[in-house]
Amino acid sequence: MALVEKNTMDEGGFRMSEATAGDYIALLKPRVMSLVVFTAFVGLAAAPVSLNPFIAVVAILSIAIGAGASGALNMWYDADIDAVMTRTANRPVPSGRVQPGEALVFGLILSVLSVMTLGVIVNWLSAALLAFTIFFYAVIYTMWLKRSTPQNIVIGGAAGAFPPMVGWAAATGSISLESVILFLIIFLWTPPHFWALALFKSGDYERAGIPMMPNVAGEASTRRQIFAYALLVAPVGVLPWVLGFTTVFYGAVSIALGVGFVWYAWKVLRMPDSDRAMKPAKALFGYSLLYLFAIFAVYLADSVAERLLAVSGV
Amino acid sequence: MQNLEMVTLTESQKKARRSRSIAIGLGLALLVVIFYVATIIKFAPSVFHIAG
Repeated sequence: MALVEKNTMDEGGFRMSEATAGDYIALLKPRVMSLVVFTAFVGLAAAPVSLNPFIAVVAILSIAIGAGASGALNMWYDADIDAVMTRTANRPVPSGRVQPGEALVFGLILSVLSVMTLGVIVNWLSAALLAFTIFFYAVIYTMWLKRSTPQNIVIGGAAGAFPPMVGWAAATGSISLESVILFLIIFLWTPPHFWALALFKSGDYERAGIPMMPNVAGEASTRRQIFAYALLVAPVGVLPWVLGFTTVFYGAVSIALGVGFVWYAWKVLRMPDSDRAMKPAKALFGYSLLYLFAIFAVYLADSVAERLLAVSGV
Repeated sequence: MQNLEMVTLTESQKKARRSRSIAIGLGLALLVVIFYVATIIKFAPSVFHIAG
């Protein structure tokens, strides 16, 4: 122990950490994690195979920790750009409470731990998918796409779309069309959600040198692309009913939610260039969160109700 | 005997270290419980089957 302390001190970089457990929890991006937990839970609970409840909790916990680990790796790599954006400047690494190396080790350990736990206790297909999700978010999105192309969140959005597929694979040990559609809903939802945010936070992204769509293609082009994606996500949201995976209840709600999405995107499309308050973009950003939560909640309620009715012989 | 250069922690450093130590302890305890219970759930049925 003494030898370790001496060597470390001799390097001249020795410093006692003042990072609390709360700072390490912040590295896991708890708000993003809550969405991951919710969508993974829907994938797992809506699957036609029932898991032991304890194993199901372990599966969700592993997926949550894996998502958190990729968040920590993201914060390690992005500390330089986080420091210049108001939204992210107070994160643990740019604020100096956690050293970059500490965030890296924390992220790597949790990545391995979450994937191995999922593999050993649940199944290896879901573990492999979780490992790929972490790799996709940390390497493909964070290290490669984010700083190089305005399509960053279009392709990178796949990382956020995998959790329901991982949940489904945890329950069934397979990937089926239902889970692919859940993936597609989040994948197509991501661009209009983040571009709405990017419209009213474009100054932040520009300062950080991130090529978000409004900074590269302009606001008018971004508004058109938001509307185009809204036209895609709305019908894809209805697909589970069209393909017969859910009842008409889900179909009706998903149509109403989709019409709302297109309506809010239309208001963004019609937003004048001179509108600096960007209320339609803020409204779409808020509505998109509601949309995703509602459509997954209704999908889950529909699947569970259908199964209960089947069990009771109705 | 070599004199060691000791580090004196400030109050906030002690508090932060205690917070981290508790979190690590709870995390490891949770991991033990998870693997213990999961082992029973996954292997108990086959063990009882053989015994029966």
